Amino acid sequence: MSGRLDTVLDGVTRVRGVRAAVLASQEDGLVVAAALRDGEDGETLAALAAALAHRLRRAGESAGTGRARFLHVRAEHGMLCASPAGPDLLVLALADATANLGLVRLALLQAVEETR
Amino acid sequence: MTDRVRELTSVLAADPRSLAFVELAEALRQRGLAREALTVVRQGLARYPALAAALDLQARILCDLGEDAQAANAWRAALAAEPGHLEARKGLAYLDYRGGNVAGALAALEELARDVPGDASVRLALATAQRAAGAAAEPPREADAQASVVFDVARGAGDGALLIDPNGLRLAGTLERSDGVDAAEPVAAQLAGVSREAERASRLLGLGAWVSAAVEGEQGSMHLVPPTAETLLVVVRERAVPPARVALFAERAARNAREWLQGLG
Repeated sequence: MSGRLDTVLDGVTRVRGVRAAVLASQEDGLVVAAALRDGEDGETLAALAAALAHRLRRAGESAGTGRARFLHVRAEHGMLCASPAGPDLLVLALADATANLGLVRLALLQAVEETR
Repeated sequence: MTDRVRELTSVLAADPRSLAFVELAEALRQRGLAREALTVVRQGLARYPALAAALDLQARILCDLGEDAQAANAWRAALAAEPGHLEARKGLAYLDYRGGNVAGALAALEELARDVPGDASVRLALATAQRAAGAAAEPPREADAQASVVFDVARGAGDGALLIDPNGLRLAGTLERSDGVDAAEPVAAQLAGVSREAERASRLLGLGAWVSAAVEGEQGSMHLVPPTAETLLVVVRERAVPPARVALFAERAARNAREWLQGLG
């Protein structure tokens, strides 16, 4: 199981500029599996991203956007992306600002499919 | 075709005399389908030539298409059908502004501000025109882009854009779901503090200051931009509108909101 998830996450980190890919629990932001580069901290990423994603998803649902498929936060030096994998899990990616958001999005959605 | 457009199309097909053509044309316009919207509203106007709301909508669509002279005619017709029609007056002021007649726009907006002192969009448009009148240094294209956003909001095309404060209270804008439910207050409340949380997460992850956030859902997408450190601008559109376009709407509206906030002092 773990080997398969590692392979799925490796597919995300193959996108240029992606520094970390993590599968985490939505509820409490705990790491289920991770593919990390350059000493990235998967636990911090999972905890912070899960909390933020939870808030954004709820607001989106209230606004009528329906069930979330993809979320991202852009910042000066990078971006944080997330995609819910079923009701319990989130696939996360931390990427440089120069990464192609469209490719990261496709990689996350593909990873979600492969975790089913 | 989205559910709402399909539904309105069915209503019109069942009853060609229905006034649903106005809502259908507006829905098409908001999805970027200006030509299709124009066809629908013109067909409706053939039946209801003096319907001010439809004339106003026709003018806005023509304005989107850059047909300013025809747009002006449509707004004048709306005023003839309904003297004092607020949106038509705003629209004509905008066309004055866009055509370089800043003094004319300013005079019209000052009159509007006296007539409807509580209208935030008029105040915002007036501030923009005053700046343009007083500061020729501002590049015309940028000024025009800002004014366009101001007037889009003024004319009601800004439905689905909301500016909120750090306490989750609405500062400006509206947010109506496709099912007609007013979602402004629950969304504002749920997004209270999201700026601080996004800022904190970005900094702890070494990403620097956050710039924007977005949610792409099965029914639509939502884009968030912080115009200032203390406010958050939210733009929501149905799925038919590509998320990248929603992001552009949000960025333009955020620039505008920043100016508006500065104007409030």
